[in-house]
Formats: sequence, structure tokens, C-alpha cells
Amino acid sequence: MSMGAEHQITAGFMPLFDSAVLVAAGELGFAAREGIDLTLHRETSWANIRDRIAIGHFHLAHMLGPMPLACNLGLTPLASETIVPFSLGLGGNCVTISNAVWAGMAAHGAEPDLDPARAGAALGALIRERAAAGRDPLRFAVVHPHSGHNYELRYWLAACGIDPTREIEIVIVPPPFMADALATGRIDGYCVGEPWNSAAVAAGTGHIVTVKAQIWRNSPEKVIGVRKVWAEQSPDALAALLRALHHSARWCQDPANHGELAAVMAQSGFLGLPPAVQMPILTGHLQLGGGAALDIEDFFLPFDKAANFPWKSHALWFYTQMVRWGHVEHTPGNLAIARDCYRPDLYRSALKPLGVALPGANSKVEGALRIATAVGATGAGLVLGPDGFFDGQIFDPDEIEGYIAAQQSARAEV
Amino acid sequence: MVRTALAVLVIDENRIRAAIIEAGLREAGHERVTVIHDVTGIARRIAEIEPDVIVIDLENPNRDMLENMFQLSRAVKRPIAMFVDRSDQAAIEAAVDAGVSAYVVDGLRQERVKPILDMAVSRFNAFSRMARELEEARSELESRKVIDRAKGILMKSRGLSEEAAYTLLRKTAMNQNRKIGDIAQSLVTAAGLLGPAEDE
Repeated sequence: MSMGAEHQITAGFMPLFDSAVLVAAGELGFAAREGIDLTLHRETSWANIRDRIAIGHFHLAHMLGPMPLACNLGLTPLASETIVPFSLGLGGNCVTISNAVWAGMAAHGAEPDLDPARAGAALGALIRERAAAGRDPLRFAVVHPHSGHNYELRYWLAACGIDPTREIEIVIVPPPFMADALATGRIDGYCVGEPWNSAAVAAGTGHIVTVKAQIWRNSPEKVIGVRKVWAEQSPDALAALLRALHHSARWCQDPANHGELAAVMAQSGFLGLPPAVQMPILTGHLQLGGGAALDIEDFFLPFDKAANFPWKSHALWFYTQMVRWGHVEHTPGNLAIARDCYRPDLYRSALKPLGVALPGANSKVEGALRIATAVGATGAGLVLGPDGFFDGQIFDPDEIEGYIAAQQSARAEV
Repeated sequence: MVRTALAVLVIDENRIRAAIIEAGLREAGHERVTVIHDVTGIARRIAEIEPDVIVIDLENPNRDMLENMFQLSRAVKRPIAMFVDRSDQAAIEAAVDAGVSAYVVDGLRQERVKPILDMAVSRFNAFSRMARELEEARSELESRKVIDRAKGILMKSRGLSEEAAYTLLRKTAMNQNRKIGDIAQSLVTAAGLLGPAEDE
């Protein structure tokens, strides 16, 4: 511990690859250069992270994107007000299924091309075939109820005409146990971040059928959740940390640094897995199972495409899905809480002195950008998107009532 | 007036620690205590046990799964909150520091549950202390073995008596401000690298 540091910050993280920007900030000197002594604590569950933020052990932590919303909306047993001034990246997840389910889907036209619509149609046909034969519903796992994984899995299934609340079962399994649960038949499929999809493929026990980057291009995943009380008391420390994270994220994105990043994450105190296992998320080159492989554009972005900007439209989309699946009631009060959770203002004010490109708006119409687009922003050279949903839908945060209503009536018709 | 005894479920993968907590609860007069080490099929077990209080270790990676189950499952008769009183910050901190968490069926009175939590916290702390002492004893034993080997090397290579060999190790350790066990380990490693195989 360097005693001379201006700011002492304690942060929690889960051993997942997308904690890389936070880990690299501490390990490679980005935090120290901003006068921060950053102490990192590895945790074993999201519940632990939430508890330790709530009682003040941690100032901030690596969190699932919807988790701070869930805290502020009172959906968790123990919570404190948590805000999001920084996003840790876009994409990174896959949907992986067992060999048996893949065989069933292939019989209904699935191809190893990761196309969400084709895969969803085949899965739907298989589910109806199984139901007609009186078999148990397929069981899928996600890492947490309030996670991007849960919401993107449900979004994909629902858009393909499968009711995730009735036609399949969704359970919670910790990421490192996913591949094992699949191999032993306790679950039939799962949605999780890398490397836990490639792990099942490498073991010969699973097939990747689609990816987050194709269900919703450049969509939000993990964030930095900050204890609000601390953020208000220590604005300088927070701003310094956001600058350190910015530099760290830029470094993590650069392919020239991938080898070193993988070596840092391979240490037992962090991800603790061999560098080779981390390559698919860094390169976007994925083995899908059965010898098929694909290069996926924008599979995981720790920095590019404004990946660190905490878009209010991302938080609001998570909120619409919480409403959609009955996690929270849609009220003006709850909507206001969701709107105030992500804090682009803090991101912007911390990074302004660096003269880097910043988006001009706090929200965007999600799904509107069909191609990568240079946007009018402060600074130079900011490219966004594409950010399309695979089903062509648009989420306009200004039309949130209509979006929620349309999804609810679609559900009632199923 | 007789009140129904509270059903307490302890979920801990560490069997020794679980046994210590169970014993503590029984000594305190709780007869309806169940211990689960493996969470496989836990939903069914919870439906059978109908616990009023669930005590779980914080290292358990299945906490997220369990919380989701407590919130959704038909197996749990009433909604479950963590701890009895969210405003009791000190109690919550003590529990997290000790590495334990508790879930309590809504509506239970604080004075009925608090002794159970206090018991779990103190037993968790006692277990950590015991584990630490055990670890210290083990490394003490290890270092004594290494010192014996280092003495043997010195006695053989420099023709010293056992006492003189020990004195030399101790003096070197003092001069270098290191532990005698570390000096002994360095000597054994160096001898292994330099010499023909030791006869030991």
C-alpha cells in the first residue's frame, strides 16, 4: 500500500473477464497515476458484493448492469443507494446449450451461424415437439435474476415466440458451475459471459447457439456501481478513479496489450484461468462446438463505441425488462428511480479535462443505428453502434410507456 | 404459554464449522436445527423443513441462487428478509465481518431471532480463530522440521555440534532480521541446488 496516495479506494469484483478494466486499473498503474491507492477484493457472489457496498466495506464494485437498479428499487434483501458513473463494456455473453438440445434444434433447421432468429425458431419447434410428447420443459440457467443475461435470454426467446415464464424453466447457477451443470444434465442451456461458454465447447459438452452481440448489438453488460453516499462525499476521488478506468479501458481494448492483459487476469487472485481460455473474448473468434467457428464483430468491447458511457437509455431498457417479467411494478416513482441510477453527468465531468470524445446526449434511441456511425460530440472521433436488436425493434426512452405496454400486450397474447 | 420452537437451517459447505454452529444452537435449547452441506436439491429440503431462520456462510458461491429461490419459491412460506431489522447496522456489520449471513421469515420478532444470529456470529468467529491457530501450529511444526534439516547440513558440512549449528542459524537470522525458519529454508534449498543429493 502506497501511503502517499491522495485517495484510498476499496473495490469488489467477481472473477469474471469483464472485471478486466477495473483489475488492470489497479494492477497496471492507471489508478496510481491518478493518485489512487486501489485495493481490490475478489468475491464469491453478487450478494456479497451488494452486502459489502451496503455496509460500506467497498466504495464501489464490478456489478451486473441491472443490479444497481434492483438495489435502488428495493428488490434486494439488503441494499444501499448505488449509482453508475461508468460502464465496463459492451457484449461478451453467449447462449450455450447441451449436445442433446443442439441435436434437437438441428433437426428443426438450426445452423451453426449464431443467427438469433434461426436458432430461436429451431428452439421453439423443439420446445413444442417436447411439450406434445409430454416431456419436462427445458431448464436454462442465468447468473442472477437482475442480470443482462436473464433479460437478453428472455428477450431473445420472447421475440422468437417462446414464453420464458411458461415454456422453459429459468434457474440461477454461479458462472463457474455452468459448464458442469450442463455436462451432468442438471440444466439444458445457459446464458453467461465468457469464458464459461467456450469452456463447455472445449469440453465437448455444449454448443454456442447465439451471442449477446447478435441479440442486441453493442448492448450493456457490467458496470461500476458506486455507493452513493461515498460518491457525494468524495467527488474528487471518484473523478480520479473514472479517469484511471478510462485509461485502463483504452489500454484493454488495444490488441497489442491482449497478451499482457490475459497474463494479469490469469493470476489466481483475479480470474485464475490460463491465458488461452481468455482469447475468445479478446479476439471475438469463437469455437461453437462440432468443429464450427466464427469471428464475431463487436463481440466484447471494453472501450470502443463509447463502451464506458453510462447511457440512461441502457438503464431504462433494463427497467422495462424488469417490469416486463414482473420484477418490479411500473410506477412514476420507480421510473424516476431507474432514470436517476446511471450518471452520465459524473462520467462527463470527470473526463472533460482529458479532452476525449464524449457523447452529446445522456440517452439514445436504442436500435436506431443500423451501421457504425460517427456522432456529433465534444472532442473528436466518436463512433457509436450499430446498436440494433435482432428483431428490428426500437427502444425510444421518450416513448417508454408505449414500449412497456406493447411488450405486456404481446405477452398476454401468448 | 408455549411458543413453537423456531426451525433453523444452517447451510455451510464446511462440515466442521457447521457442526460447531449446530452444537451451539442445540446447547442454547434449539431443537429444530438442520444442517445442509450441499445445495443440490435444496428447494425440496426447504419445503420439508419450512425454516424460520436460514444461516449461510458468505463464501458460499450459491448465495445468488438461494436468494432467488427465497424470493420466488413456493417452497418458502413467507417472504424472507435478510436480518431482522435493517436498521441494526452494527449487527449486520458484525455478521458480514464474521463471514455469515442470515435470512429470516418476515414477521418474526427481533428478540427471538437475535440470539440465534449472535450465536452464529460468535461461532463463526471462534471457528476462524481456531482455523488460524491450527494453521500457525502447522507452520510452526513445518519450520521445526526444516530447522532440523538445516542443522544436519551444517553439522555435516562444517563439522559443527548440534548446538553450534543452531546458534549459527539463530545468529544469522538475527543479523538479517529474518525468521530462523526462513534462514533454514534458504539453506536447505541452497544445499539441494549445490550439493550432491542429501542423505536424508
